[in-house]
Amino acid sequence: MQLSVWTYEGPPHVGAMRIATAMEGLHYVLHAPQGDTYADLLFTMIERRNKRPPVTYTTFEARDLGKDTAQLFQDAAREAAERYKPQAMIVGASCTAELIQDDPGGLIEAMNLPCPAIPLELPSYQRKENWGAAETFYQVVRHLADKSVERPAREGRPARANILGPAALGFRHRDDLVEIRKILDMLGIEVNLVAPLGASPADIATIGAADFNIVLYPEIADEAARWLERTFDQPTIRTIPIGVGATRAFITEVAELAGADPTPALGDTHSRMPWWSRSIDSTYLTGKRVFVFGDATHAVAAARIARDELGFEVCGLGCYNREFARDIRAAAKEYGVEPLITDDHLAVEQAIVDASPELVLGTQMERHIAKRLGLACAVISAPVHVQDFPARHSPQMGFEGANVIFDSWVHPLVMGLEEHLLTMFRDDFEFSDDAGASHHAAHSPRKTVAAGDTQANVAMPAPAQAANDGRDHSCEGTVIEAGLWTDEAERELKKIPFFVRGKARRNTENFAADQGREQIDLDTLYDAKAHYAR
Amino acid sequence: MNDVATLSGCSKPADNAAGPAPVLRERGQREVFCGLTGIVWLHRKMQDAFFLVVGSRTCAHLLQSAAGVMIFAEPRFATAIMEERDLAGMVDCQDELDRIVGQLLERRPDIKSLFLVGSCPSEVIKLDLAKAAQRLGAQYMPRVRILSYSGSGIETTFTQGEDACLASLVPEMPAAPADADKQLLIVGSLPDIVEDQFLRIFAQLGIDNIGVLPARNARDLPAVGPNTRYLLAQPFLADTALALEDRGAQRIDALFPFGAEGTTGWLHAAAQEFGIDEMHFNRTVAPGRERAKRAIEHARGALAGKRITFLPDSQLEIPLARFLATELDMVPVEVGTPYLHRAHLAQELDIIPPSARISEGQHVDRQLDRVRADRPDLTVCGLGLANPLEAEGLSTKWAIELVFSPIHGFDQAGDLAELFARPLRRRDMLEV
Repeated sequence: MQLSVWTYEGPPHVGAMRIATAMEGLHYVLHAPQGDTYADLLFTMIERRNKRPPVTYTTFEARDLGKDTAQLFQDAAREAAERYKPQAMIVGASCTAELIQDDPGGLIEAMNLPCPAIPLELPSYQRKENWGAAETFYQVVRHLADKSVERPAREGRPARANILGPAALGFRHRDDLVEIRKILDMLGIEVNLVAPLGASPADIATIGAADFNIVLYPEIADEAARWLERTFDQPTIRTIPIGVGATRAFITEVAELAGADPTPALGDTHSRMPWWSRSIDSTYLTGKRVFVFGDATHAVAAARIARDELGFEVCGLGCYNREFARDIRAAAKEYGVEPLITDDHLAVEQAIVDASPELVLGTQMERHIAKRLGLACAVISAPVHVQDFPARHSPQMGFEGANVIFDSWVHPLVMGLEEHLLTMFRDDFEFSDDAGASHHAAHSPRKTVAAGDTQANVAMPAPAQAANDGRDHSCEGTVIEAGLWTDEAERELKKIPFFVRGKARRNTENFAADQGREQIDLDTLYDAKAHYAR
Repeated sequence: MNDVATLSGCSKPADNAAGPAPVLRERGQREVFCGLTGIVWLHRKMQDAFFLVVGSRTCAHLLQSAAGVMIFAEPRFATAIMEERDLAGMVDCQDELDRIVGQLLERRPDIKSLFLVGSCPSEVIKLDLAKAAQRLGAQYMPRVRILSYSGSGIETTFTQGEDACLASLVPEMPAAPADADKQLLIVGSLPDIVEDQFLRIFAQLGIDNIGVLPARNARDLPAVGPNTRYLLAQPFLADTALALEDRGAQRIDALFPFGAEGTTGWLHAAAQEFGIDEMHFNRTVAPGRERAKRAIEHARGALAGKRITFLPDSQLEIPLARFLATELDMVPVEVGTPYLHRAHLAQELDIIPPSARISEGQHVDRQLDRVRADRPDLTVCGLGLANPLEAEGLSTKWAIELVFSPIHGFDQAGDLAELFARPLRRRDMLEV
């Protein structure tokens, strides 16, 4: 058993729902008890979908268990086929139904339904939402793809691509897709199929007609793309066009594969991010410490943008989906940080406290953590929240995506001149820690919240012991070890603005430990400042 | 199109006016929460209690999704997620539970009562949480009291989770001696502010010996005995009522305290039971009753004559439909409830307009067919259905808000009416 308060991913059948809901004409018959229907509201509320997800829940009860729950499943499947007349069905079990072992796949086979039914095996006690989505999409493709489809010779026709991965409840999938279509359009490449989003089973049948596949979200589409490589000999573009550099690489790769001229797409004049980043007002961004956590694909992309395109320093990097841990490990090595692979948000919170970043790039979970710690934050990845479905166009991919990223990561930060003023006039009452940054109320850092204090204390019951075992806990909100700092040095530390104080404390304490100094006085503080000067 | 006529049980006319109204009973897909959802309000009501769900990732996901927004202040609930090795018998689930509970109590020394909450998977594998609670209780008492109940979807619908939880508290209540003074027990969790209002009114009436279940601290349980008279504040407490009767308590039959008349009726039933002078009762409740009437009057323009359908959700549907019909002249078209407790709702059923189609259970597809055929002005439904119905041009009211807002009593009657009026007013206001 695993103790869990908040989870990054739902169970695998919710991943299957994300595929079914994204598609048209596909119906999901889910063997499940009452209550599992809560998942509908993820789609109708968070994503504001105007239709019910195409899911029929068998809704068995305790009194059915001794009797025939298999019959209940068959009745529900037959009724769903009649009422919704889907082109195809997927069938499976939720966590509880998995335990009663009715075998929906076997049952459906015996039923002679008017449409193809695809059995799903989604082990609820081993796997999670992203895996469930990937497996479902793979099964749908494998069962529905028409293997007899032949591609006409390439000469004299535009290249054709499948765009794979956009799904329901995805982080900005709707808007990313617009940007990718724009790029393909400029390259003169035809879109054979977008899947799962908006695709019907009949569309999926034609998947083999494309010359190559573009995988936008490997968490969802990589499994299917591998099968397509083997089955239809379709090469796969795996570069994720998040950030200016990656978008350029993506365009170049796609153009090469399609035999197209990349120049017009590369010269898109709407790409403002490079100049925004080079303009001198952005100088203050240099070396800002950022902590990155999300799904592996978005986290890796965010870390690369942070360092290479905004001049930040990556001080932490991690993901919650173990399936893609290898990507995170490789990237973490490059940035010289410890990879954090966990789905325990308390471990993430601790890592953020330890890293004392100035900006957190994470999921909605990290947004809450950052809020509590008084840190600036921007959201880069699912799990999604109603705010991740903005009314306006707000992509992450392509050059416009990079523009959006520049704005949404930079705005939460305390800005250049304000930062200087805060440093210079520490004692001005209007610059008190409570005032925070002036320009962005929703993100303005606050003085450590009392709740945060208690939290940190509960999480680390013995601060002295924590210090002894070498763990760093020198962020705002943690307990100051008695006697280490002289009163004078402590007072001086408080004159440093709150948003860098945690870092200053941590650096000074590390410096003191390295130098074997037992107390931190004014000199130690300024020696450390000189030592870490950048 | 008349779907109704084709359905069994629904076309039967009420041939005997005195007999019970016909009820349409259906089985099929239910678009409702399971009983675990009650934890979302119970953990705030009982401030020293922690709820540990023993279940799957689905349970954890439900709890964080059902709250609508994540309440990130560390909540007093969590899930012990069962994994493959628990099911494959590689580890003993009871040992694992001991380990998790130890971990939790170490992290949260403030916990005084711990509920082990059963889920669908734990019920199906027959994980004995009562036994676990007993074993762990022996270990952690007196610091922590450990209880268990089931909030599983195979046994409980939404608010029945609170029923199961409160029923698990009843055996823990101290025994009131047989010669104890007559005591009033209010049963069902109410928002603190509403509870305080009721306690003030009862004190003014002269009923002082009074307890509430659940108490704000789960460790401060009221006593119960043969001289206890209990008054249900919520219509979904069937098991709790049985457990109280096992301890000798007797139910005071009443309307539920929604609206001016419902609240008056509820208070009056208690006053009569406790022999309060009728004149004194009238004098005491008159100001609140008049305030409530004035407050709901604001919504009359928006609601009078409008047709309303309730889809099954919290079991509050019948009392709420009665309030809207008798005090605001709304026309209930269909009133769906997950379960119909005829005895507890007897007074409600007596005065709800006989034209209302009462339905119990759910077959969501057929019920939505009826909604589309009936085209009510307002449909009260769950969050999974609301936006899709709005997109079809049907105005909706989120049912869950009725459970998460203070709606009982005189001083909330206006707010309750406003909850129904707002979607209609908004529809008329928007020009986009």
